[in-house]
Amino acid sequence: MKYAFYPGCVARGGTPELLVSANAVMDRLGIEREEIVSASCTGAGVLQERNEKLGDALNVRTFALAEKMGSPIMTICSTCQGVMSQANRRVLRDPEYLAEINTILAEEGLEYKGTTVIKHLLWVLVEEIGIEALQKTFTKELSGLKFAPFYGCYIVRPSDALGFDEHPERQTSLETVIESTGAVAVDNSGKTKCCGLPILLINQSNAIQMVANHTGEAKDLDADAMVTPCPLCHLNLDGYQPKAAKRRPSGKIDLPILHLPQMLGLAMGMQPKELGLQRHIISTKEVIGKAAAAPAAVG
Amino acid sequence: MEQTLRVKRFDPENPGASGYQEYTIEVEETSTILDALIKIREEIDGTLSLRCSCRASICGSCAMRVNGQAKLVCKTRVNAVAPNGETITIDPPGNMPVITDLVVDFKPFWDKMRAVEPYLRPEGPVPETEYIASAESMDHLVGVVNCIMCGACVSDCTVLEVDSNFLGPAALAKAYRFVQDPRDSHKQDRLSVLNNYSGVWDCTRCMQCVEVCPKDVNPMGRIMKLRDLAMEAGFNNTSGSRHTESFAKSVKKNGRLDETKLAVDSMGRFNVPALLDSAPVGLRAMRKGKFPWKAHKSSEPEMVKRVFEKVEGE
Repeated sequence: MKYAFYPGCVARGGTPELLVSANAVMDRLGIEREEIVSASCTGAGVLQERNEKLGDALNVRTFALAEKMGSPIMTICSTCQGVMSQANRRVLRDPEYLAEINTILAEEGLEYKGTTVIKHLLWVLVEEIGIEALQKTFTKELSGLKFAPFYGCYIVRPSDALGFDEHPERQTSLETVIESTGAVAVDNSGKTKCCGLPILLINQSNAIQMVANHTGEAKDLDADAMVTPCPLCHLNLDGYQPKAAKRRPSGKIDLPILHLPQMLGLAMGMQPKELGLQRHIISTKEVIGKAAAAPAAVG
Repeated sequence: MEQTLRVKRFDPENPGASGYQEYTIEVEETSTILDALIKIREEIDGTLSLRCSCRASICGSCAMRVNGQAKLVCKTRVNAVAPNGETITIDPPGNMPVITDLVVDFKPFWDKMRAVEPYLRPEGPVPETEYIASAESMDHLVGVVNCIMCGACVSDCTVLEVDSNFLGPAALAKAYRFVQDPRDSHKQDRLSVLNNYSGVWDCTRCMQCVEVCPKDVNPMGRIMKLRDLAMEAGFNNTSGSRHTESFAKSVKKNGRLDETKLAVDSMGRFNVPALLDSAPVGLRAMRKGKFPWKAHKSSEPEMVKRVFEKVEGE
């Protein structure tokens, strides 16, 4: 299957290491893809709060482009996944609304028939590739490592837009993938909560407290790193952790925040540079060392 | 069938002894979690405290956390949560002080509700009969009027977890109801208050309130609408409104988001203290090669712009 690849703005902006590592891992997995180069930003919920139809029209344009390519959309961003899923649900539930948007798109030579499927790489791993096939690409068994999952709001809520009834496995997909590497998935209560990024530029104090709570909790649970399928969460949890650390009694947190493909790349025995692991604010040195020292994967 | 519930206990006279207590009981296939808790109280442990009244999801008394998520337990079947007989964990609602076991003090909830003046404030001569409002002007408020003030949204609000001053989803949804009521004469004053610190701009859009509301009130959606109304009413000098405007401008121009510009615009270009405060974060990002120097673009920004303008022009 060939995917219409939608990396999202942040993978091309503040987290270039996500795109590098995702490409390396997808190549190793043999995932065929073609980027939707003319796609726009999803609006990340921000455009939608100003004008929902505007956000929906831009996303429907992206769905129409993918439909034309004859491919499902694959993203590497929880926020993009959620915003696109919500937009798709709204237009599929209301044919008149879709027709209105199609009238606008018709002037651009586009029409959305309503057939595009949108899947985050995380879901593609669990649902399409399968854990067994994924494990065949691992050269390391990351046993002895503990990873704290952190989903990002938009890939868990609202649940009725995300196909959880049809795909209940999505709700624990991140733990499933973490455990497939041989690592332990830590049970941190913050894993489905907000990272704070949406209010970082509005109420920084609250945003930083969220970082302190989530990374501090994971650290207290002995996690070696946090793993997230959301680059927006990464931006806040990694970039603002030095500030958040000042709110902890010890003044320290030092929890690396890995992008999902970086964790997979470590299990695949890739070099840290191939995965952009040098591009983190919180040093990844220790977790790289532990992964390098991990035993070879069996089978 | 047999079902185990792990229930959080708290005795104010002996706080050190609080913790989870497990109860195993027989339940019917149709039993709700409330049925199970009442059975425990009546047949096993009369000391278990919980609030409930109507048992029909009308009174809003029995919101509590089921496996970590706020739910009305009278509306939640045991077998929906534990289809294979898994143990169910019950906690009191969050973000409010616990009085005993599953009972919390709703004072913070009511204080916030009072703070938004949840009553009509019409001006001008009092009509001889009732205040008239057209059906169209009120129909869209039906959803928000459905709120039964159970506190589920407040329980799971991720902002209230870090900032007890935040007005919170229930009070803000209520505020929306009065801002939008055509009979009220204080829309501008209301928006001015809601535009302040701890108001509409502090919501993270995490959707917890949308997910847990048992009545589909969609508090977050109301908060987003209030933001829009505040900007329309001329309250534009906040980081929040600058953030929204800058985001839209960037997507309109490039088809994509320009993160650096978004940060500078949101803080305010001339807000030197905030910019200096953020400088170390920017410098660290530069050192690590993750500072977005150049705005990335869609390959067809003109097409994105045309779609943008067409919808905005409607």
